[in-house]
Amino acid sequence: MLDILHQYGTMFLIGSWPNGPIGGFAGTLILAGLGLGLSFPIAVVLGLARLSVFEPVRWAASAWVIVFRGIPLVMIIFWAYFIVPVLTGTTVPAFLTALCAIVFYESAFLAEIVRAGIQGLPRGQTEASRAAGLSYVQTMRYVVLPQALTNMLPSLVNQFVSTIKATSIVYVIGVNEVTFAAQQVNSIELTHALQTYLVLAGFYFAACYALSQLAQLLERRLTRRRLGLA
Amino acid sequence: MSFDFAFLTSGNYGALILGGVLMTFRLFASAWVLGMLIALVLVGLRGVPLKPFQWLLSLLIEYHRNVPTVVQIMVWYFGMPQILPRELRIWLNQGDTEFMFAMIALALNVSAFMAQDILSGMRAIPSTQVEAARSVGLSVLMTLRYVTLPQAIRIAVPPLVNRSLILFKDTSLAMVIGVGELTYQVRAIENLTFRSFEVFAVATGVYLSAALILMATGAVFARRFPADFRR
Repeated sequence: MLDILHQYGTMFLIGSWPNGPIGGFAGTLILAGLGLGLSFPIAVVLGLARLSVFEPVRWAASAWVIVFRGIPLVMIIFWAYFIVPVLTGTTVPAFLTALCAIVFYESAFLAEIVRAGIQGLPRGQTEASRAAGLSYVQTMRYVVLPQALTNMLPSLVNQFVSTIKATSIVYVIGVNEVTFAAQQVNSIELTHALQTYLVLAGFYFAACYALSQLAQLLERRLTRRRLGLA
Repeated sequence: MSFDFAFLTSGNYGALILGGVLMTFRLFASAWVLGMLIALVLVGLRGVPLKPFQWLLSLLIEYHRNVPTVVQIMVWYFGMPQILPRELRIWLNQGDTEFMFAMIALALNVSAFMAQDILSGMRAIPSTQVEAARSVGLSVLMTLRYVTLPQAIRIAVPPLVNRSLILFKDTSLAMVIGVGELTYQVRAIENLTFRSFEVFAVATGVYLSAALILMATGAVFARRFPADFRR
């Protein structure tokens, strides 16, 4: 296992960069980071829409969330692979196709986190700020969202873990990331499949386990702060 | 672009999709049952008072929680035959090898999450409740039946339903090792016919209906048996 890591370590880490596109685990992190970052604004809008007083808005947002939570990411990737070129009229690189699919997929999960974060605040916060004369937008901007987003931090980190794990399937359309790199290593080595895939698992494990621990740490600190201990 | 679903009835495309749907449900059901059994064993093993053993158990559970499901499937399908005993390998290769490995990988994956859900359901009940129930004269079984389980199930079932939904979606990952489930068949038919919209629409419809049924089950359960029923 160690000689696989020794021989192909850079391939696992950054793919064929700088002689080719950046890939490997760096590619995975870029894809997951961009995916989560770009889906966040959509998720905030969706989360607010899910709590809207207007029924059609609420329904539309709920339908979005249910649809993208209900179908597998592979299926969304296939759709993106087929629809994105039709919409843009040109061929689109596999990375962008995968990014589109991940943004739509993650927006549904993040929206639920945003909604839970907002619902977790006491109603009195909204009522007080509205009574003090702030508009709906001002209430959300200055009172509700800053508190809700802080409380959401642990869930956001956990969602980043889920996103990293979810991106592993995009190698089916040939995106340069760490699972793709492992496939390449495996086709060069041929006889060390178990070692190769365990090295791959090790990369994911190290990153995801560390991030999960971080989420737990944040959770504990936030709980203590809420109890007024810190 | 014109859409025409009629081609599904011509040739054997309809049969392929139907076969894919059946395979998806078979994989889901067998992985769920096997996963639940393993989860119950894991919960039981959590009671063994041996530190190193508990670390090993934690490592096993954390591996399955922190490594992507696709990678776990690949480790089993491409890697494990290297170290499995010959007899076991022959036995696994007798039937549908891909299906067996996908089922094992998915079951182990889901069992780690299920065990965690069941454990948090059980831990949520203070031990004083058991002590109180026993001291007012309830037997062990009665305590379980009337005090512990009614509360633990209400806490554990919603995450278990959610996990089942994720498992159902994860069956699509078995495609990467060539299990002939719905996503695999859809991709094969799309490559042959280029009728992307129609085949994707059919598959999406199947996944979505199954997901809606699972979500509705969870919602009905949560409404009938709310976890905070004390209020």
